[in-house]
Amino acid sequence: MRRPIDLTSARPGVFAEKAFVWLCRLGAAIPLTMLAWLLYRVAAAGVHRLSWSFLTDPPSQLDASTAGLGPALLGTLWLIVLTATIALPIGIGAAIYLEEYSRRSKLAGVLELAIANLAGVPSIVYGMLGLGLFVHALAMGETVIAGALTLALLILPIIITSAREALRTVKDGLREAALGLGATRWQCTRQVVLPMALPGILTGAILAIARAIGETAPLVVVGAVAFILYGPDGVDAKYTALPMQIFQWTSNPKRAFLDNAAAGILVLMATLLVINGVAIWLRNRYQSRRS
Amino acid sequence: MTAPAVGRTALHTPTRGRAARWYERLIELGLAGCGMTSILVTIGIVVILAHESKDFFAQVSLGEFLGSTKWTPIIGDHRSYGVWPLLSATLTTAAIALAVAIPLGLLAAIYLSEYAAPRTRKIIKPALELLAGVPTIVFGYFAITTLTPALRDYIPGLAGGNLLSAGLMMGIMIVPLVASLSEDAIYAVPQSLREAAAGLGGGPFEAIRKVIVPSAWSGIAAAITLAASRAIGETMIVAIAAGNEARFGFDPRQPGQTATAYIVDISKGETPHGSVAYQTIFAVAAMLFVMTLIMNVISHRLSRRLRAAARA
Repeated sequence: MRRPIDLTSARPGVFAEKAFVWLCRLGAAIPLTMLAWLLYRVAAAGVHRLSWSFLTDPPSQLDASTAGLGPALLGTLWLIVLTATIALPIGIGAAIYLEEYSRRSKLAGVLELAIANLAGVPSIVYGMLGLGLFVHALAMGETVIAGALTLALLILPIIITSAREALRTVKDGLREAALGLGATRWQCTRQVVLPMALPGILTGAILAIARAIGETAPLVVVGAVAFILYGPDGVDAKYTALPMQIFQWTSNPKRAFLDNAAAGILVLMATLLVINGVAIWLRNRYQSRRS
Repeated sequence: MTAPAVGRTALHTPTRGRAARWYERLIELGLAGCGMTSILVTIGIVVILAHESKDFFAQVSLGEFLGSTKWTPIIGDHRSYGVWPLLSATLTTAAIALAVAIPLGLLAAIYLSEYAAPRTRKIIKPALELLAGVPTIVFGYFAITTLTPALRDYIPGLAGGNLLSAGLMMGIMIVPLVASLSEDAIYAVPQSLREAAAGLGGGPFEAIRKVIVPSAWSGIAAAITLAASRAIGETMIVAIAAGNEARFGFDPRQPGQTATAYIVDISKGETPHGSVAYQTIFAVAAMLFVMTLIMNVISHRLSRRLRAAARA
């Protein structure tokens, strides 16, 4: 790892120094230019399709101009609510266990390794887990709940990691004070640590859910349907979701549907922007209060 | 600082005695149960992938799977199960993506940590985060509608769906990951080393090339490995823009089908539970899981080495 510093080779001249700064600037500028180009193209193609009826109408396989996002938006709403309900308690509970109960224990080491590995598993592999486990082995079929469970497992490592970071910002002195006053471990956690870490935990949770909203690949695998006229009416209903609908329109051979895909992307990106905005607002509020 | 709730809230759970001990024990068990979920999920992935691909490998030898270059699992009279067409497309797109993401991400990281003024940093960092937050389906749309037509003006013989534009798009997608992890690694290089390098009379470029990047190298290598793993597992961009044609070859102008795109392609249609098509996607996913797992472990080791070195 430590190599001797090479001072014998030729030193870069003033020109090389200057050229390198520009090269570095280019490294940051190229991806951001692509982002700007992407946003511009999507807006240019999709903005004319945005309307209230586009948000509420069912999709159509024949006519792109009357097709809408209604069932997809409802499906995404169902998925968010169910995914959050499943993943948040488990993820935050796991984080509390690792930070407040089992610091430096052997089990904690194994858990940490598992979480680190899960964070790197491709999302489509979670889809395969959902297909094998929820759809077939547990016979849930291609339902909203199977999709939500799959997404919940997918974002679990993100929630655990961010909740742990939030818990770590609470000073140990407060824990010691609470325990010294005779509080039990859980009383200390519940009444001292959690209230202080809550904004941080929520910020992480919101960002994790934003991630789940944009996921397409696992939903394709666990059988979100490409074409459906109604939103789900229960946890065991068939469903589609916003990114699924965009995928379907993007792969439709009729060119007119591509503009619908662009409009769908605008809705998706706007939703994510609002959600991220809330998370950032929460984080800033929390940070300004702490200082 | 707002006061924690201690002063206001009565301790309304039992504090002493047997009831308290049971209550505490129960809570701890519940929390440990939540923690165990991540182990169960890990086991679940391994068991499901192994169980479902077991039937596949009962019919197809591992030698054919890894040795043949023909992948025709559901069409034609003579079925062939050589995974190389999927692998060649996966490796080609990943290589293109890394060729884009490593230089751009590393340069961006160096710019942010060594050159950018605090005000510029405050604009560029969130912008890169925004890029990182774009769902991959959006990149897929952009690749097929904009990037491919633009490239076709310059590259003759570029197919409508091709490995090149899928790989390039994936590279742009991965830049923020490489940039942010490399920046962390560069940031961890002690300030004293920078000062020492400056004291020897060189400019920042010389310090970066001879001191800072070599010192941060294990962290940068961890970032690159993680980026490779991400590129191999990326799905929607290649499913939309790479052409979905399982053919063996490394020519980026040609269409191809990556392992992930194959899984999506099969999943889109009706796949009866227990059919050969159903089994193939689990076998392909198992291969994908092993590949990414190896890279994640390497990346994990490298970043641990960086942390150990930073402490030393």
